This record gives sequence, C-alpha cells and structure tokens, in this order.
Amino acid sequence: MAIRFRSSFRLLSRHASLRAQTLNRTATLGARACISTSSPTHFAVAPHGEIEFTADKFPHMKRNSAFKKLSDEDIAYFRTILAPSGITQDKEDLQVFNSDWLRKYRGQSKLVLKPASTEQVSKILRYCHDNKLAVVPQGGNTGLVGGGVPVFDEIVVSMANMNSVRSFDKVSGALVCDAGSILEVLDKYLEERGYIMPLDLGAKGSCHIGGNVSTNAGGLRLLRYGSLHGTVLGLEVVLPDGTILDNLSTLRKDNTGYDLKQLFIGSEGTLGIVTGVSILAPKRSKAINVALLGLNTFDQVQSAFKRSKDELCEILSAFEFWDQAAIKLVKEHLVAGANDPLESEHRFYVLIETSGSNKEHDDEKLNQYLEGLLTDDVVQDGVVAQDATQIQKLWAIREGIPEACSKAGAVYKYDISMPVPVLYQAVEDMQDYLTKNGAFGEGKLFSSVIGYGHVGDGNLHLNVAASDYSPEAVDLMEPYVFEWTAKHAGSISAEHGLGVSKNNHLHYSKSPSMIHLMKRFKSLIDPQGIMNPYKYLPDN
Amino acid sequence: MSNLRIMVACKRVVDYAVKIRVNAAGTAVETANVKHSMNPFDEIGAEQAIQIKEALAKANGKAEVIAISCGPAKAQETLRTALAMGADKAIHVESNEELQPLAVAKLLKAVIDKEKPDMVILGKQAIDDDSNQTGQMLAGLLNWPQATFASKVELSEKAMTVTREVDGGVETIKTALPAILTTDLRLNTPRYASLPNIMKAKKKPLTKYTVADLGVDIKPRLETLKIAEPAKRQGGKIVESVDDLIDKLKNEAKVL
Repeated sequence: MAIRFRSSFRLLSRHASLRAQTLNRTATLGARACISTSSPTHFAVAPHGEIEFTADKFPHMKRNSAFKKLSDEDIAYFRTILAPSGITQDKEDLQVFNSDWLRKYRGQSKLVLKPASTEQVSKILRYCHDNKLAVVPQGGNTGLVGGGVPVFDEIVVSMANMNSVRSFDKVSGALVCDAGSILEVLDKYLEERGYIMPLDLGAKGSCHIGGNVSTNAGGLRLLRYGSLHGTVLGLEVVLPDGTILDNLSTLRKDNTGYDLKQLFIGSEGTLGIVTGVSILAPKRSKAINVALLGLNTFDQVQSAFKRSKDELCEILSAFEFWDQAAIKLVKEHLVAGANDPLESEHRFYVLIETSGSNKEHDDEKLNQYLEGLLTDDVVQDGVVAQDATQIQKLWAIREGIPEACSKAGAVYKYDISMPVPVLYQAVEDMQDYLTKNGAFGEGKLFSSVIGYGHVGDGNLHLNVAASDYSPEAVDLMEPYVFEWTAKHAGSISAEHGLGVSKNNHLHYSKSPSMIHLMKRFKSLIDPQGIMNPYKYLPDN
Repeated sequence: MSNLRIMVACKRVVDYAVKIRVNAAGTAVETANVKHSMNPFDEIGAEQAIQIKEALAKANGKAEVIAISCGPAKAQETLRTALAMGADKAIHVESNEELQPLAVAKLLKAVIDKEKPDMVILGKQAIDDDSNQTGQMLAGLLNWPQATFASKVELSEKAMTVTREVDGGVETIKTALPAILTTDLRLNTPRYASLPNIMKAKKKPLTKYTVADLGVDIKPRLETLKIAEPAKRQGGKIVESVDDLIDKLKNEAKVL
C-alpha cells in the first residue's frame, strides 16, 4: 500500500512543482526568464568554458584612467565598516559577480562588498566618491544587457544582504522593503496577506526589487498594473557622494516639487544605489482564467485584442502572442511545456489571462467573449484551462519560448516596442529584408525569424535564428532593425534597458537634446562618474 | 462491441495547486473562496472514457460517456468540464450534506441501477479526503469485479485487460464487464477543453436527482474529531564562523 499512497496525486504534483522551482532558481531564469527579457545584440552565448572578458569583446572600450585602482588601504577601510562576511575577494567567489547568467559579459572586479544597511552603503559610496573608485551596484544579476556586471575593475556593491520587509500597510497595500529583497519572496509575503506584487517576471526567484526598480522592469503584469513609474510610491537612494536621499513615502498623492524618484527608476544604477523601495501592492485576484487561442492573421490577433479590451475590460490581465515559428521551436526543443493543445497548427497563438474577484462573473464574461470570437471567425480554435495545472501548462508554452529559442542554436534577440498595428510587420519586414540579401532560408546564414511578446504593451521580442554567431550576421541586421524601429516611432529597448549592449544605439529612440540633458543630469548627480561607468549613456 | 455505456464519477474538490488551510476551529479544510476543480484522478477517468469512445468510433463501434457527480449545486461546473472534454451527458445528484465514501457509493449504485452502464470509472481516490474507498465499496455493493489503480486499459469483447502498478512491479489482470475501474496517475494525460467543445457542452443534457429521489441513506458513519496542519518546518540559518557553528550545536541544538 505504501507505494500507492506515495503516488497520491497531490503529493506527486507538489514535489514536481517544487523541483521545478528549484531548477528555476538555479538556472535562474534560464527557462522562465525572458518574459520580460530576451537578450540584446551581438555576442555568442558560449555555453561552456571561460566567458570572454567584456573588455576584450569591445576593444573600443578603455578603462577610465581617472579611476583609482583598488589598494590594500581601500580594503582595510571597507573592513572597518563591514562585517567579514560582507567582503568577498576570493577569486572563485568573484566569478559569480563578474559574469552574467547569459554568459555574455565578464568583468574583472577584485572586490565585492555586501552592505547590510543604508548607512553602510552611504559610507562605501562616500569613500569611493572621495577616492575615485568606480562602483557597480548589483541585485540578483538577472539582467540581459550587461548592466549589473563590471566591465573593468569596478567594485561590485551587492545588495543581497539587505533583504527585509520594513513595513506593510494592510489597508493601502503600501509595502516598504530593502532593495535586496527577492521579488518572489516579497510576492509570497504579500500572498499571505491577500496582496500581490504589481510586477511579475521569469527571473522572480532571483531578481531583487531594487534591481527591478533600477531597470524599470516590465514583465507580465504590466498590462494590468502599469509600470513601476506608477506603482513605486517612494525610494530611498544613496547618492554617489554618500548622501542618503530618503523619499520612502507611502503616499499615493504628493505633488510637492520635482518627483525625484522617477529619475532613479530605470537609471540602471548610474545615479546612485537604490537601498529601499516603497511600492503599492494591489489586492490579489481570487479568480484567474487562462485561454489559449489559435488565429490565422495578425489582424485577427489585433481584433481579438481590441475586443478583449471592450468585453473583458477590467478583468483582462495578460494578452500575449507568439507565432508559428515560435511554437515549432517549443515543440522541438522543450520537454516540459512542449504541448500544443490545439489540434492543428495556427499562424498565431494568443494567451489571454483574466483576473478578478468573482469566478462566476469572470467565467461568464470570458465565455461570451470567446464564443463571440469563434462565431465571428476571429479565432479558429482555442482551449480554456479547467484547473490551475492547466493554467500553469498554458503559461509554460509562452514562458518556454526564450529557452526553446536558445536551444535552437545561435539566436539574435531584439526587444522593441511600437504601436500595436505594426507589431508583427517588424517580423515580416525583417524576414523580407534578410531574404532580399540572400541570407534567409535553408543552408543560408539565417534560418528563421520568430516573433512573440506582449501585445497589450506593444512589446515585440524579435528573435532571429542563425547558423552561427558572426560579425556578418550582426552587420546585416544592425542598424537595420534599429532604423526600422525608429522609423515606426518605436523604442529600441522596450523593457531590457541599455547596459553596455545598447547604450550607443540610444540615439535611435532619443533626440540629441534629450541625450544632452541626460548627460547633464549624470554629471550633476555623479560628478566623478563613478557609478556604473561605461554603460547606459553613449560613449562619446 | 456495440453501444458501450461508460459512467465516470467526477468529484469537485479544492484545486490541487491551492495551498490547503485548516479552518480556525480545526474541524475542516477551508473551502470558502477557494478555487475548486475536478479531482485530478477523476479527470484521468473522464479522459480514459473519452479515449475509449474515440477508439471505438474508429472501429465502427459506439460508446456513450455519462459523467456523474454527487454534491452541492456547484458540482455542475465540474460536470460541464467533463462535458466540454467530450462526455455525452451528465447526472448531478444534489446534496449539501457531507457525503462519505459509503454514501457516494450507494448513490452511485442507485443511479447505476437506472442507467445500466457496462463500465464505471472512478479516480482511485479524491485528493481532498484521500479515502480511496468509493470504487471498492461500489464494486462490493454491485457485486461487480473491480480493477483498481489502472495504469493501462485495453478493451476487448465484453472484457477489459488492466495493468496496475503494485508494490514491486506491474500486475496485469483481465475481467469481464460490467466492472469497476479506478484510475492511477500514469494512465493518461487529460486533454484541454476546446472552445468548440465548451460551446457544445452547454447544450448537452444534464439530469438532476436529489438524494430522496434515489432513496439512499447518506448519514455519515464516521465522525471527524480533529484536523490539524503538519508542524511548520524551521528555517535554516547561516552561521558566521566555525566557532559560531560549534556554539549553536552545543547550546541550541544540544547535540555536542
């Protein structure tokens, strides 16, 4: 009897999902990641062996000689302010902090500092400011553009030891916490209290809320709860000279003076280190439904989206799409989640999620909406998840796409946003362009162009699969893809940020006068230029 | 085989992905405002019945799948799921009282006497009470053969061959129909309910019975004294140094 009961469903599934979670965390995002993610231009992802130094990959980058080189006195000073466990110099331990999870970027830092309080961060930065030591703030190191790892010998300031919830207001939902708090941990904390974090992304098991704020992370719930520019109520930031800027407000309304916190949201650690975050958590939805639809044209995808805004309205919480090329890769390369629940292949797939407070109400709305789509031939087929397991399995298809792409071989990834009507045109134009240049098709440089992303946010993840990583491939696609994006009034980085990978392409999305003002801000707040150098703003 | 009638029991339970909470009084599991779904083992049963029907259709045979659920009005949602998966009709035995396995087995028997199926499929257990009794009791009441914990089923003329996962290996048994089949986890993977089928399901017949209609005594025979959560696991601690570790082992864990 023992074995029979051991195989009890609840037990098995629980274990399976626990295992999956653990895997998730170790590979950190490998799989679920690129929801809010996917990677930038250039380089090969070298799966084995040593990762090439970023400095070698970008020969044009030179270490700023104005920065001091780390000395024993500096370390002796840091020892006076931090606990022994807060200082890492061991070569092996440093590797984790020097390279990113995609294995694309590798710095040469000799020192990691892990402050445990805002005062310690302040002391560290004041010292670095006075001594011209360059600094890279680092959260969960889950970024995609190399923003969180050093380029040369910058000191890494890891926020991992600042991870407590400071307060939670059960009435307003305002959560105040340390910057090093892990997103998923915060979400669990809120779940117990009936609330939810207003953002969710594949990297949630590793990423820090401070890093989310500093990169203005988007992700899956943006359609519903908006961007961090709206949900962040206040920040505590240590400026490069050590000044503590305490703006940890929990007020929803506060029209007094310049809204300084906005400047730090998405500034990728170039203006200071976020040490505390006050964020507005919405109530957690009791009823969640997920449907997967099969459609023939992108016009139908748009039509389904428009109607979802009319008919599902306030309960709509996600509207994701992917194309046939994407589902093909998922089926070929993924073991888990490799299920295409639809009977025949479709050119487009849409995943719709609703979240609300009343299951009957939501069911009725969703059913009416779906029936309407089917009757009017907007969708050709579809399934509706009947339980939480099926909900997870349907999401696994969408979330498995980035992983499937990376298993297919060399993949160039672009993360662009634009008006929804031209969203898929980007994929088609890219394919035409590559075909015209004789580089697309069997035996050619590029084998497929894959499109997926957040329709609701006008955010396309454009992936181009190639036989190999090569300078020719990059030269062919860039700047074509950036020029295309600029021409269609889009952004060359919708949610991944700039880091070292797109800083020099900023001009495609921002005017010279805007870039000029950005540079003035930077030199005003960080006159020594020690904060996360070589990144974010254009080199020249 | 022509016109095989298969009845599938579908219990509405707290969704298996939901974290279970015991009520404040310690007498039951919280079910208010908690997501409910079809018992996963019953879902496997429904899938099996539909697969048998599809296989028969290919061989010019016919089968009818009847989903049945005993419980409150919301059990009809579970029945609609079974219909959307592909069941032909549904029967709801409505009761707001607590239904223990023996009561369910008796209710099922009463309906089976009317519907006269050739085969009744149940989940090996429901994930809410883990009783693992209803199928066996029903076989006893009907005096039918039973094949429990099925991981594979093959039908032949008026008989079925069932593979079961038992301690130390697999066992294959053959039994005549009519018979009771209870499903194990690896029997199949239940399908999704497709949009066209969800729409069709709305028009499929759903018959309702009350307990009185069936004349069954559902009085509970067992009394639940207490329900408690397992003891909470203590979180791990990271120690700063070897001395610290020794100190903790001596003074906190008291193992040195």
